[in-house]
Amino acid sequence: MPAEPPKRVRVVLADAAPPRGGDHTRTELEEQTGIGEALVKGLVRTQLSLALRCAAVVAVGLGSLPLLFTVAPSVAGTRPFGVVLPWLLLGVAAYPFLFGVGWAYTHLVERNERDFTDLVEKH
Amino acid sequence: MVTVATVIIGAYGLRMARTTSDFLVASREVSPAWNAAAISGEYLSAASFLGVAGLVLKQGVDVLWYPVGFAAGYLALLLFVSAPLRRSRAFTLPDFCELRLGSARLRKLATLFVILIGWLYLVPQLQGAGLTLRTVTGGPYPVGVLLVGLVVIANVALGGMRSITFVQAFQYWLKLTALAVPIIFLVLHWQADGRPQLAPPAGQTFAHATTVEFDHSATLVRPDGSTVDVPAHTSMAFPAGAPIPQVRGADVSTGADWLLPGATEHGGRRDRGLFNAYSLILATFLGTMGLPHVLVRFYTNRDGAAARRTTLVVLGLVGLFYLLPTLYGVLGRVYTPRLLMTGDTDAVVLVLPGAALPGLTGQLLGALVAAGAFAAFLSTSSGLLTSVAGVLSTDLLGRGSVRDFRVYAVLAGLVPVALALRADGLDVSQVVGLAFAVAASSFCPLLVLGIWWRGLTSVGAAAGVTVGGGAALAAVITTVAGPRLSGWPAVLVGQPAAWSVPLAFLVMVSVSLLTRRRVPVDVGLTMLRLHAPDPLRL
Repeated sequence: MPAEPPKRVRVVLADAAPPRGGDHTRTELEEQTGIGEALVKGLVRTQLSLALRCAAVVAVGLGSLPLLFTVAPSVAGTRPFGVVLPWLLLGVAAYPFLFGVGWAYTHLVERNERDFTDLVEKH
Repeated sequence: MVTVATVIIGAYGLRMARTTSDFLVASREVSPAWNAAAISGEYLSAASFLGVAGLVLKQGVDVLWYPVGFAAGYLALLLFVSAPLRRSRAFTLPDFCELRLGSARLRKLATLFVILIGWLYLVPQLQGAGLTLRTVTGGPYPVGVLLVGLVVIANVALGGMRSITFVQAFQYWLKLTALAVPIIFLVLHWQADGRPQLAPPAGQTFAHATTVEFDHSATLVRPDGSTVDVPAHTSMAFPAGAPIPQVRGADVSTGADWLLPGATEHGGRRDRGLFNAYSLILATFLGTMGLPHVLVRFYTNRDGAAARRTTLVVLGLVGLFYLLPTLYGVLGRVYTPRLLMTGDTDAVVLVLPGAALPGLTGQLLGALVAAGAFAAFLSTSSGLLTSVAGVLSTDLLGRGSVRDFRVYAVLAGLVPVALALRADGLDVSQVVGLAFAVAASSFCPLLVLGIWWRGLTSVGAAAGVTVGGGAALAAVITTVAGPRLSGWPAVLVGQPAAWSVPLAFLVMVSVSLLTRRRVPVDVGLTMLRLHAPDPLRL
């Protein structure tokens, strides 16, 4: 049985002009129409909520420590790896933790921005 | 020998810091990695290099919040400020005020706070300089402050606008090396010594035979409770193994107080210690974004995304650096306890290599550390003075000519020199902490609300900066020059951020709501420019 012939594909040259929709949304944004303003407000809200969530992670992760040490002094006296816990947490672990939160934020915020760019350029 | 090496390296560092370029060179596109090293190089000041270790030596685990906060400030900057600020194309904070709110009067107010924060931050740099010269050469403290102050002023006034990115980036790696290499030797030495206890329950003893020189009169309290009065300018010899007496009235933690968190410096009152910790956290986390010499550098990033990458790398570099001063403070408990008696705890980084390691090794490593200290205060204070003289000559008083810049560089430099001469007794890190508190109570709300809230008005911004920043400033002046307070007033005034930052936000928001009609008409476009992703080129 002969193989099915390949489907016919219509080949065209690469898009010569940008899609028309991109210009449209761009104009909405630049001229601050109702839609444009709503888009910007949505973007600002998304970015702010991401930043606040990351800040909350730090507030809980680091900010709870003074309270914890005050409420439960016995926790502060434990010695994992032979080093008293508060020294280990504040002297060493805090820095990779902060960097990790910063890295995650950068990753997520760039994804948000790509989504927004796609939204503007495709519509 | 140490002196000679230090002078040579200091002169070399000065020449490096003087390599001028017009700002155009630095403002070309610089990759995030270089930019980040340059920002870190300018940021790691005498407070980071000397002060943190000194505080750890004296007060132990509670002050670890200082370095954590100094690093975390960059996370706050990353989350809330860096990319939108770069996209706003503002070069300085006053520029941002004018771009966002279009008010020339707010611009002047912001300029005033740039100058005040700059001065406040310069004082501890000069203190560190005086201390370093005194420790290395034995000369008196005022001579060191004057000498370095004049060198920095001459450098900025004559040398031109600013050193290039490469030089600042080099400074970071110099400072890191200057602390990292000696600490390897010191930790190995501590291991070889059989790991002497850092906070022995029976009280500390001298590791080596030690002679302590007292510049001021003091009352020593022996472990058995008896006291000895020591007149000024005398020295006392202690044999190895002798118990270390305490100095009456000195703010030094011992034993478990030093080792464990809590109420050390507040007479056992836990609530006060807790307030102090949170206030310090708030000041350092939120103050970094308001430091004048930090923000200027963000302009050299290509776009918002690059500014964000730069901030992330700074967070990593600064965090790496802050692993080290803590170790100096900790080992200082073992090898340089005499600093606890003389009060020169800020000198621990400089003294420790020579005190712990015998012979030439200790001296060479001591010289390396001293060179790092010089790099620290030369780079930071040059950057700060350039920022302050820049806004003075363009915004507030002069008309922006080169001659104006030089005149105001001299004027702007003399004020902190005069203040530093009076500030001998204060801890370097504590003064820096106060500068952070003022920045956090004035510029932090201005930037955060300006970037994220459409409703901000120029009247609201001005009111918030005046009330919040003014309150923090009043607290600083009371701490430095006012009467000695005790109890809760002392805590509230000594570490004001926990109430002054919320106050600034509150005033800024409520006054803006009251003057709602003055919201700029083009706020939508400004928001679009601040937040639209860079590839859109909006």
